[in-house]
Amino acid sequence: MKDKGLKEKILHFILNGNFGFTLVSIILGLAVGAIILQITGFNAFEAYKIMIQGVFSRPNYIAWTIVRSTPIIITGLSVAFAFKTGLFNIGAEGQFIIGAITAAAVGYFVKLPAVLHIPLVILAAITAAGFWGAIAGYLKAKFGVHEVISTIMLNWIALYLNNYIVRIEGFRRPLNERSYAIQQSASIVVLEEWKRSEAGRAWLLNHEFWRDVFRTPLNLGIVFAIVLAIIVWFILNKTTLGYELKAVGYNKHAAEYGGINVSKSMLVSMSIAGALAGLAGALHVMGDSKSIASLAAMEGYGFDGIAVALIGGNTPLGVLLGGLLFGGLKYGGSKIQPTLGAPSEVISIVIGTIVFFIAMPKLIKMVMKLTTKNRGAKNVE
Amino acid sequence: MNIDFSSKVVEMKNITKKFGDFVANDNINLTVHKGEVHALLGENGAGKSTLMNILYGLYQPTAGEIFINGNKVDITDPNVAIKKGIGMVHQHFMLVEPFTVAENIILGMEPTQGIGALDMKKAVQDVEEISKMYGLHVNPNDKIYDITVGMQQRVEILKALYRGAEILILDEPTAVLTPQEIKELIQIMRNLTQQGKTIILITHKLKEIKEAADFCTIIRRGKHIDTVEVQNTSTADLASMMVGREVSFKVEKEEKEHGELVLSIEDLVVKDNRNIDAVKGLSLDVYAGEILGIAGVDGNGQSEFIEALTGLRRVESGKIKIHGKDITNNTPKEIIEERIASIPEDRQKRGLVLDYTIAENMILENYNKPPFAKKGILNQQAIKDFARKLIEKFDVRPDNQLIKARSLSGGNQQKVIIAREVTNDPEILIAAQPTRGLDVGAIEFVHKSLVEQRDKNKAVVLVSLELDEVMNVSDRIAVIYEGKIVGIVNAKEADENTLGLMMAGGGTENEG
Amino acid sequence: MWSSLGFIIGTTLMYSTPLIYTALGGVISENSGVVNIGLEGMMTIGAFVGAAVGFYTGNPWIAFLAAGLASGFLALFHAIAAVSFGADQVVSGIAINFLGPGIALFVSRLFFEGATNTKPIPLENKMPRPLNGLFPQNSFFDMILNQYATVFMAFALVAIVWYLLYKTKLGLRIRAVGEHPRAADTLGVSVYKIRYLCVVLSGVFAGFGGASLSLAVVSNFRPTLISGHGFIALAAMIFGKWKPQGAMWACLLFGVSNGLVVYLGRPGAPFQISQQLLSMIPYVLTLIILTGFVGRASAPAASGTPYEKDER
Repeated sequence: MKDKGLKEKILHFILNGNFGFTLVSIILGLAVGAIILQITGFNAFEAYKIMIQGVFSRPNYIAWTIVRSTPIIITGLSVAFAFKTGLFNIGAEGQFIIGAITAAAVGYFVKLPAVLHIPLVILAAITAAGFWGAIAGYLKAKFGVHEVISTIMLNWIALYLNNYIVRIEGFRRPLNERSYAIQQSASIVVLEEWKRSEAGRAWLLNHEFWRDVFRTPLNLGIVFAIVLAIIVWFILNKTTLGYELKAVGYNKHAAEYGGINVSKSMLVSMSIAGALAGLAGALHVMGDSKSIASLAAMEGYGFDGIAVALIGGNTPLGVLLGGLLFGGLKYGGSKIQPTLGAPSEVISIVIGTIVFFIAMPKLIKMVMKLTTKNRGAKNVE
Repeated sequence: MNIDFSSKVVEMKNITKKFGDFVANDNINLTVHKGEVHALLGENGAGKSTLMNILYGLYQPTAGEIFINGNKVDITDPNVAIKKGIGMVHQHFMLVEPFTVAENIILGMEPTQGIGALDMKKAVQDVEEISKMYGLHVNPNDKIYDITVGMQQRVEILKALYRGAEILILDEPTAVLTPQEIKELIQIMRNLTQQGKTIILITHKLKEIKEAADFCTIIRRGKHIDTVEVQNTSTADLASMMVGREVSFKVEKEEKEHGELVLSIEDLVVKDNRNIDAVKGLSLDVYAGEILGIAGVDGNGQSEFIEALTGLRRVESGKIKIHGKDITNNTPKEIIEERIASIPEDRQKRGLVLDYTIAENMILENYNKPPFAKKGILNQQAIKDFARKLIEKFDVRPDNQLIKARSLSGGNQQKVIIAREVTNDPEILIAAQPTRGLDVGAIEFVHKSLVEQRDKNKAVVLVSLELDEVMNVSDRIAVIYEGKIVGIVNAKEADENTLGLMMAGGGTENEG
Repeated sequence: MWSSLGFIIGTTLMYSTPLIYTALGGVISENSGVVNIGLEGMMTIGAFVGAAVGFYTGNPWIAFLAAGLASGFLALFHAIAAVSFGADQVVSGIAINFLGPGIALFVSRLFFEGATNTKPIPLENKMPRPLNGLFPQNSFFDMILNQYATVFMAFALVAIVWYLLYKTKLGLRIRAVGEHPRAADTLGVSVYKIRYLCVVLSGVFAGFGGASLSLAVVSNFRPTLISGHGFIALAAMIFGKWKPQGAMWACLLFGVSNGLVVYLGRPGAPFQISQQLLSMIPYVLTLIILTGFVGRASAPAASGTPYEKDER
């Protein structure tokens, strides 16, 4: 009896909570991916096995997954933060770019010891990207321009700005569409110098596990991501600032009536969202790419962040997990192409399907109700 | 009377409608004869509109049968209802604002030429013709947002007649009209029944039923209580059948001299959303210890006036002073600091953050002050304790501070707002349509709260579209017309006709 | 001078075309009250199917039609979510933007030996140029009017959509559903049917938009081909105040900057200016203009809100 009560409780949680919807959506997404693989002549079981192995079977795979997940966790936090405050930040893409440009420039041109250089790069990047986000907030607060359209515009402006800056003489690497790499003092790759040193190499020779891990640019980004998730959670749930921003997000008319400055809130909210996305870009440069390149098209960190935020139900913990899931799928999914010859784009279809179902809690509720009802009816008989 | 008792045009038998676990209609019967005006009386939420939405095919009944002219019908959607000769004028007008009168009337039954091309010329002719036939004058080429509410209602009625409606359902048709417009509407209803139409009138206003209806069916909490002949039933009986107990609509309050001048407004000018002057030189004084009622027809600048008063809308010119201190164009926050509290006109839009809990809503104006917050960090325990106290004091149900405001009934939502506003111990309480959509019990509570503030020597401003409410609750009554106060009378000396005339712009004072 | 002007106008028209189709898709969907942020994904599918079918059949018309159908089919999913299941329309649109490119690249790898670029369509199988040879080569009128058929069709479609929305019974109903779905419903207009129709049509148009890129402007599909065109079309639709003619002008604005970039990037251009900075101009301009004159109330009133019959 007691057991049954618990079971019902869990069922209730899954049926009524967001977590349940998300879980069912993820399962459905993976199922759709499997079906597509199967009908196009690939062994879906095999493909998922390769993906899972491709993420977990070796230390460096796990490290790569973490490295790949870090930027989209943080852009996910940016989008989720904006969502919670009633704004749709399609502009994470552009804010990411601005953060990356700033980090690359400050990381290359300034020469300081690491303890000062790293904070300086981060500060510069979040200031610049925060400002970039604030533009959309300002346009919305002051002129009523919808943030979706203004951030789409700002994304393109950021992209061309990136391409312009990359080409500036003195910053551009000769004969290359890239900037110079940042100084070592601005890098956040873990033990980067040590692992290339003689002592490090000697030590790693005898420690297979770590040798494998350190083959990747494993960096402090993930630590930042976790800390940022906690900060975002704290701001949203424990502070008056969070109270104000959420009130504006849920109902700006009531917030205004309660004495909250709605325009200011929009500006602050978009600045914070911009700073977050910009930090993602900066950490990406400092820990992985080390430089910026001319972009032919959007790289998608911001758009992936939207999916991550949605999968994570716009909660910081959810975004953290959603980002790891997305990063894992992308990294693991890339391995089915060489081994199975199955198109790794099946991952985009899986992600799209998950988001698609997340958009329709009503459908999932219906499906779940139907299945539990049938089961209940059977039990009665 | 034009009633033909031999022909039952509408018969609804044993209608039940459930929404989830909620029973909106419980085994209701309704019979309407040709040529009669049949009133459906009940409180807000009693289930009258649900029943009529079923008749009009917007909802499907969970159980029960419907007969039109003696034939059993299955009204699956409004198209079927329209074909059966049923037309409905909804309480909230179903008009497409940027469309013209003619476009609204023909929508769904458009005259066309060729393959699907609109024939607007014929549309305009048709509308003119039908408007002449029933004496409902409209201009077919006017845009909806340019015409008055009374005119919009005519468009709604014409919409039904254009579709050949024989049975017209009017849902709370007088809520937005002036007393004079109401008279016109009743005349229109008589004309229509003389031409053989049948009218079902949904209302909670007893006076209208006495004036306009032949029969009245009373519904309470989804159940059919009785159907009576209006002539032989007193207003008091109708009221007690509607509410389920003896009710007096008189508000208990003691005679009281008002105190000093608290709020003075001089020559206020405020623009509306379309950037047109809505308040045009309004002047008004409000004293401590009085309830000043503002009567007027919707759209005469009331909303803009209140928003300007609470800092939500810019004042173009003129002054607002509290105790002599100029607070014109101060921010909402600064005005709250001056201890002006307000019960907003739209509780779901302005009054509450529906996705916040009751507790979070209780601190909407004080979230950043101790004990609720220190140095920017919220003190959850203090917020919770505060909310618990108010929930108990104001009897908010369910008594759980952690549930979202969205899941409360209208009456309980209003209680949360009133609790929050009066707990700030305001100097001035502005109540805008505080009883809209509430049931009788909740209305009594709201009125009691207003009188309490007055008795504590606070200034209370009550803005309401219900003239009866203004007359019952206020000490003085100011009439607003086209953005100006066109007259102030003592409530004791006020009579409805004079006020009605003033509300329609026929006032004698301050004109020109 | 004349040849420069001709060149700029010509390229402007060519580059505006894909945007115009897609923006018209946005116009029709939003006028019925459904936000379609998934135009980008729909356009991608259209571009791929156009290029792939064009390559295999050698018939640009069949390819163009197939592109529209494929995108319309993808749009059907958006309609199911947004209309039948009351989905958050923005979220559902985001999903489409993952699904569209995902499916396009997936299928491309299956049909083109694992490549995400489709094989180029031979010149003679691309969209025809109906006025080719009418004017002397590289003359002023030749540069302006010797365009792919898709260009002319795009402008014809602007007129058609305008006529449909403002002069027909269906258009009246579409706009009514977008402004006040309940009013339309009470008059027996099926909100669901109209919205399904409009969302699917918007997919078809976006598909045409994608195909007009892959079948005319270039001659194959590649992953970066669309990259943002759908979003620009969305912006153009808003910029054009949700009206077909307005959207067209906005698309031309984006097109002209593209034309200028190409013109000034040619060898022998009159002066040198950074292509990157030049490319920014339309976006900056849009932002500035948006602050100035776009009325806030011009979006269809019910746009973005799901319609539920049993709402109480």
